[in-house]
Amino acid sequence: MLEVHTQSNAGSIVVTPSGDVDLSCSRELQTHIKKALEGKPKSLVVNLEKVPYMDSSGVATLVEAMQIARKQSTKLVLCGLQDKVRSIFEIARLDRVFTITTDVRAASAS
Amino acid sequence: MSSPAQNATDQTAQAPINEPTGPAPVRVELLSQPRFLSGARDLVSAISKRCGFDDTACGQMALAVDEALCNVIRHGYDRRGDGKIWVSMWPIEEPGKNPTGVKIVIEDEAKQVDPQKIKSRDLEDVRPGGLGVHIIQQIMNHSYFEKREKIGMRLVMLKTHTNR
Repeated sequence: MLEVHTQSNAGSIVVTPSGDVDLSCSRELQTHIKKALEGKPKSLVVNLEKVPYMDSSGVATLVEAMQIARKQSTKLVLCGLQDKVRSIFEIARLDRVFTITTDVRAASAS
Repeated sequence: MSSPAQNATDQTAQAPINEPTGPAPVRVELLSQPRFLSGARDLVSAISKRCGFDDTACGQMALAVDEALCNVIRHGYDRRGDGKIWVSMWPIEEPGKNPTGVKIVIEDEAKQVDPQKIKSRDLEDVRPGGLGVHIIQQIMNHSYFEKREKIGMRLVMLKTHTNR
């Protein structure tokens, strides 16, 4: 089961999913991220420190978020990637497309 | 299992590996429902571990199978939840020796497509979706799609130890 926690602070939003992100739940993550982007925040941080696994449906959700964020000038940052999650970004060569930081603090400072 | 059919498409450039044949020692049937993906990943990871792969390789092979199953669910069965999918696994080994790899086969009864048309998208064209085939190709040493004899598709994937 995927749980998603969203926190807002001074024009910035941090979305923190917990659990594996695969085809069974990537739409749930998509719903939360789209909702977070609706208010056109200054920045959106997707904190993946509690996501041990992600497949390409989860990656697709984040790529879509990046496209929306770029159009409305929201800074999108991913942080806290575990090894398996980082691996799929590297295989898909998306680790150079996204801004990726170690944790939320570094994401806020980026 | 039949040998690669004439209409199979080799998805990798490496030389073919001697494929195990005969009944699969591991074979599970699941329905085309995303909720069963995690169970399939766990199975593949556990069997791969028994075949001597390290945790990173096991995780990557589980990802490759996940991507293959997602493609069947989404494109083969158009997200219908009543389609059958079979995951079969064979250790690649000589008698009395430790496994040198694993063969994984995904079969379905979904619509057939020309194996030549199953391709990865251009990675420079960054957009949502279309990464499954690329991920499978990157993780496995050798893979190909073929039409099953009467109905459905078959994806054959082989992975060997790199340091043996």
